[in-house]
Amino acid sequence: MTTIETLRSVGAGRRRRFPWLLSVASVLVVLVLLSPLALIIVQAVQAGGRQVWSLLDRSFVATLLWNTVRLAVVVTVLTALIGTGAAWLTERTALPGRRAWEVLLIIPIVIPDFVLAWTWSSVFPAVHGFWGAVLVMTLHLYPLVYLPMAAAFRAADPGQEEAARSLGLSRLSAWLRISVRQARTTLLGGCLLVCLALLAYYGAFENLRYQTFTTAIFGELQTSFAPAVASALSLVLVALSVLVLAGEAVFRERGRLQRSGPMVPRPHVPVPLGRWMVVAELGLGALVGLALAFPVAVVVYWMAAGGSSTVPAAVSFGAAIGYTVLYSALGALIATALALPVSLLATRHQRRWSAALERSTFVVQAVPGVVVGLALVYLAAHYMGFLYQSPELLVAAYALMFFPLGLVAVSASVARASPRLEEAGRSLGRGPLAVRLHVTLPLLAPGIAAAFCFVFLTAVTELTATLLLVPTGVQTLATQFWAYAEEGVSFGAAAPYAATMMVMSVVPAFLLGRWFDRRFSTASGGTSILGGGT
Amino acid sequence: MSTIACRRLAKSFGSVPVIGDLDLDVPEGAVVTILGESGSGKTTLLRLIAGFERPDRGTITLGDDVVDSDRRFVPPERRRIGYVAQEGNLFPHLTVAKNVAFGLSRRQRTSGRVAELLELVGLGDLGRRFPHELSGGQQQRVALARALAPRPQVVLLDEPFSSLDAGLRSSLRFDVMRILRDRRATTVFVTHDQQEALSVADLVGLMEGGRIRQFAAPEVLYGRPADVTVARFLGEANIVPGTVGRGVADTPIGTLRLAEGDGPVTGPADVLVRPEQITLRPLRDGRGAPGQLTGRVVHREYYGHDCVVLVAVDGTDQPLRVRCAGRAPAEVGDVVAVSADGDAVAWPAASGDRPSAQQSG
Repeated sequence: MTTIETLRSVGAGRRRRFPWLLSVASVLVVLVLLSPLALIIVQAVQAGGRQVWSLLDRSFVATLLWNTVRLAVVVTVLTALIGTGAAWLTERTALPGRRAWEVLLIIPIVIPDFVLAWTWSSVFPAVHGFWGAVLVMTLHLYPLVYLPMAAAFRAADPGQEEAARSLGLSRLSAWLRISVRQARTTLLGGCLLVCLALLAYYGAFENLRYQTFTTAIFGELQTSFAPAVASALSLVLVALSVLVLAGEAVFRERGRLQRSGPMVPRPHVPVPLGRWMVVAELGLGALVGLALAFPVAVVVYWMAAGGSSTVPAAVSFGAAIGYTVLYSALGALIATALALPVSLLATRHQRRWSAALERSTFVVQAVPGVVVGLALVYLAAHYMGFLYQSPELLVAAYALMFFPLGLVAVSASVARASPRLEEAGRSLGRGPLAVRLHVTLPLLAPGIAAAFCFVFLTAVTELTATLLLVPTGVQTLATQFWAYAEEGVSFGAAAPYAATMMVMSVVPAFLLGRWFDRRFSTASGGTSILGGGT
Repeated sequence: MSTIACRRLAKSFGSVPVIGDLDLDVPEGAVVTILGESGSGKTTLLRLIAGFERPDRGTITLGDDVVDSDRRFVPPERRRIGYVAQEGNLFPHLTVAKNVAFGLSRRQRTSGRVAELLELVGLGDLGRRFPHELSGGQQQRVALARALAPRPQVVLLDEPFSSLDAGLRSSLRFDVMRILRDRRATTVFVTHDQQEALSVADLVGLMEGGRIRQFAAPEVLYGRPADVTVARFLGEANIVPGTVGRGVADTPIGTLRLAEGDGPVTGPADVLVRPEQITLRPLRDGRGAPGQLTGRVVHREYYGHDCVVLVAVDGTDQPLRVRCAGRAPAEVGDVVAVSADGDAVAWPAASGDRPSAQQSG
């Protein structure tokens, strides 16, 4: 009986009421979310189908594809190896200090990609091009594999490996043939998240002078003033992302099916490392050193070195923080508000169409910031002139891009606020309104707050769409940093902005992530929240 | 306190009928259990009575008030029904004391009623804990205290102990039923556990396929089940072939008196003999006297307080299930004397294949 969800069955008529309000609201949200994609298609079509075709039929696109594919292959292999190895060390061995490593290993994903790239290129100008991109992206993205793999190793039932060993397998082959084999879908899912991020990033590649679709789109728009070409390239980019995202969804679904047995498995017996312990500690030390300690040290170094810029800041440092906080907070507010009806509908009225509606919103993850920016610029330029270079447009971009983050956080608490609890409240003599106020709202509140914080923290370090949409005469932390970093000589002037962004993203994201995981310990939570790159 | 009357209730989810034409009358102050397998519609029945769902057809009356019909619907908050669900459904954001106080008015909350209820369920000192800090058994005690707080006229319990382990389950059941009986609350208790259903109830309703198959006192339900299905569902049952006439049934294990005389049954019949009605005696020489009914032991299980022996007897397709106090009277392979006494129940023989001596546990 419990599978048949009923909330609004208690009404005046005997037929169950259709959730009109929620459904209409959710459909509107989905339409708004998918509008950037529609706008890009309209823009490309307006340029003329044949012309778009001729634009795409160039060796340029082939070069971009080649650049993207070879980077994706090398980085994916490296992150898979590093992520899986680190996960094994921290989850399965008796490595001293592995609780501390667990924490340190996750942080690099929260450092903005363009800040990490800048810390390397500002100290070692040789770090650029393909191998520079490989280095920076591997150091930045390996947590996307590490996190799900660590969770998979933790959740795996030790009884299965024990059974394999009692059947005559060595410890290594038991681990490979049972745990690793079962985590295969998890690993592939993590690798696809890495690919998705590689497709969406702009700042790091621009900084490292490595050409990908995002930098090409940006170039067409900013330097060549060819929006039609930009939108044609965007379509290819989105198509690639959708492909990757679909693959990721398939593997996540399969990974879920493989999990069985008790919810809280018996802990594993840690593997003693013996002499290899030193090697393992040095390896993790090197990884965290390069991915975390190095960028922090560089930022501190440039701040100490100081330095002025020939480029006058458009706004003061304080004002940049103010604008950043304001726009990010508004974007977070709207994203959370949009997520609520979709989540309520999908959780409380479980039908095939409501689930499909919810899932369709995740397509947004396949629309990189540069494409959202492009679409909104087009919207303002052609249909809504009054919005051109307005703060509203930038806020809307944040809300659209980070909606999936808000949805994950909100859904966790919507699942907790079960209709059964509302029924319990009603049978104790409280009316529907009182029950919503005293039962449902308090249960939803933590998830709503978490959704707001996650979106806010991600928006604070958003660069790509912000560069395209930032209102005239305004700079956010990211765009002002970018202005200095691009200039190439004023590292000291860029450093305070980098430091502020690092502190604003790393510290709260870390605390929030731990709180969220403790409160809603769901299998899917952590990864998707930290993996919301731009 | 109040009676509950359900008339011709029907409810389906989409195209799946869950309850069809169900009638139920719960007398005032009675403890009624609804026994049924999962999917039989028993939880839905409780949810209809509580007002969480609306039936497609039929009426529900509490005392003198029609609470659900074509024309009238009383929402759950005005039915004065206490509801304890399988999962307890405690509010996770409120302390134990605040959970219990949820259904009380502002004045009642400060009157010491919360402490009194927590004392009643034996959790006097846990009022400031949160639900997740309690064990499963404690959570269910809080759920009961919360349900009883507003002094409901009816208490509905939906498998409240099924997520607990066996030992805790029987002791908590004992406590809860004592509390409910003390308050003479009209109680409907849904369960799939037959021991639980028989032991706590004044009346048991056996539910199957969205209907009540039989509604009677536990002794009647066990001793005189309405049909073979009910007999098999409740306790262990040997169904042996026989012929009925003049108040007795002739069966391969002897002539048995019928519980209700001839009744409407004459001729070929299926006869119910409970395992504890059969007695086995060891035979020293391995052979019975002429005319004495014998059988061969094919399997035995020892439970400490008693044991179960399966005996193959001529004339029945399947071995008879026999319950003996203490140790088994014979080993596997031994030949034993078989006799049956007490009242049997007979139904007209089912056509087609004729199962005999089947067990259900």
